[in-house]
Amino acid sequence: MTEQSLALSLNQLSPIPLDVELSCKTGEILVILGPSGSGKTTVLRSIAGLYTPKTGKISSNGSSWFDTEKKVNLSIQQRKVGFVFQEYALFPHLTALDNIRTALPNAEYSAQLLKAEELLERVNMQGLGDRYPNQLSGGQQQRVALARALARDPRVLLLDEPFSAVDQQTRRKLVRELLQLREQVNIPIIHVTHDLNEARRIADRICIIHRGNTLQIDTPQNIMARPLNRNVAHLVGHYNVFRANIEQHDEAEKLTYLRWHDYLLETNYRPEFEKGQEVSWVIPAENLILHRRDRPSKGERENPVSGAIEEFIPMGETVLVTIKVTNSDEILTMSVPTHVAQRNAIQKGGDLSVSLLGQGIHLMKE
Amino acid sequence: MDWQSLELSLLLGIWTVIVLIPLGILLARILAWRRFPGRNFLQTLLALPLLLPPTVLGFYLLLLMGNQSFIGRTYQFIFAEPLVFSFQGLLLASIIFNIPFAIQPMQRAFESISISIREAAWCSGLSAWQTFWKIELPLAWPGILSAGILTFAHTLGEFGVVLMVGGNIEGETRTIAISIYDRVQAFDNQSAGIMSAVLLIIAFVSITSIYVLNDKIGRRHD
Repeated sequence: MTEQSLALSLNQLSPIPLDVELSCKTGEILVILGPSGSGKTTVLRSIAGLYTPKTGKISSNGSSWFDTEKKVNLSIQQRKVGFVFQEYALFPHLTALDNIRTALPNAEYSAQLLKAEELLERVNMQGLGDRYPNQLSGGQQQRVALARALARDPRVLLLDEPFSAVDQQTRRKLVRELLQLREQVNIPIIHVTHDLNEARRIADRICIIHRGNTLQIDTPQNIMARPLNRNVAHLVGHYNVFRANIEQHDEAEKLTYLRWHDYLLETNYRPEFEKGQEVSWVIPAENLILHRRDRPSKGERENPVSGAIEEFIPMGETVLVTIKVTNSDEILTMSVPTHVAQRNAIQKGGDLSVSLLGQGIHLMKE
Repeated sequence: MDWQSLELSLLLGIWTVIVLIPLGILLARILAWRRFPGRNFLQTLLALPLLLPPTVLGFYLLLLMGNQSFIGRTYQFIFAEPLVFSFQGLLLASIIFNIPFAIQPMQRAFESISISIREAAWCSGLSAWQTFWKIELPLAWPGILSAGILTFAHTLGEFGVVLMVGGNIEGETRTIAISIYDRVQAFDNQSAGIMSAVLLIIAFVSITSIYVLNDKIGRRHD
């Protein structure tokens, strides 16, 4: 744990199973990603003191907020967190300005007003301070909630699915503003969401949580390319997760060969797996290369796999194509630009060959 | 027109509101936000005065406050006068039979404040007490006002319980509702008519003001 950060470990079996350990550095955005009911909001609420887990530790900048061993449990008010709730939870009887003022430390009215105006400006809401929450759009309410959360100079900013109640366009704008804001506030930011794309856009690191367990914490790139296990691979939206056996290692060429049905697949060198061992492997959809009928290319020698097109689902600019691999029940899924699909006359029932890029194949223990 | 009985009724109404509303707020908050064993039993108990015939309620209150009861004897011991057939006894009865009229609108009002609003207040650094004053009270205000107005109007109109517990003592327990009955018995229909009209107007104005206030405050928040 570094000096300026938030760190926690939480453990309990019931009523909500939790086995969570994570930390977030100052200025870092850590996204807790998981399906609904995975316990991600409970983690956030535990940090704020709104939920008390059976055992665990939470510390901020080295000072203990919660420690069941040492019987430390600071109150919600003492912890100084900024919390943005899913539905914002603005005080409906107070104007935007007064919502923010409520969270400001005691001071003279004029000083408070000045500070509240400053916070409104920081979230691009200048001039709207005298509006009541019901006179604000969803995006504007979210901004006020953010300003209110920052009013106490919090030690950590907690965001509970803050973009779930606004439309796509507003969401994009708010994400950009959050990333700008991060430059100004020097505190750990922990953001909870079930939206993978949102997580990939804003996270410095993603923490995958499932059934109350932290499965993997890593950068978005690493999580996507190198999920720790099948569970993580499925949670981050990979379709192509299979099992195969290690055929052999080639130390000189730095390659590992996988036996997968009729195919011998060439992958990155992973000597930690034993010869003959069963492993799981995943290949992100972007690492499947379509073999063009009109112009065969050199890359086609790399792990060529063929099969019959089982599904052909147009999704606007791209088409989702699933291929039933010859002599097996395995289904490969890939996304093809619509014009490429048209040019190659890809259609349901037809045959198709693809290359699985060896660099993109990732082996996992389970 | 029996002005003394009107004054007594108004006094009884005001005191009932003053005592019952703070107590009611306490109870209403607990019922709105806490789940505890016996909660439904407590709610039933508090709602009973709505359905019991006033004479039945009055009868039990009479037993409860009479000189044979603990409460009655204690009161007699401290104040050297009986609790029944006194203004104080009437006030205690009035508080009890008004409980559902006060609790229910306030309980609904507190229930309508979502837990995340209160959590947001705590996370904003407000203590439980500050949260109550700055957030809960203003938000529950229409319900509290309704409770107060209903309690007041209902006290003015109550007849059965008052007669059972208070009797008909001029200047002490003869409320306007009793006085109307009294006047009708004495074939003084003119006085009874005027007093009835006064009660009618008070009831009408009370209920109208509840609707108007709820409308006004509701519009601001939704």
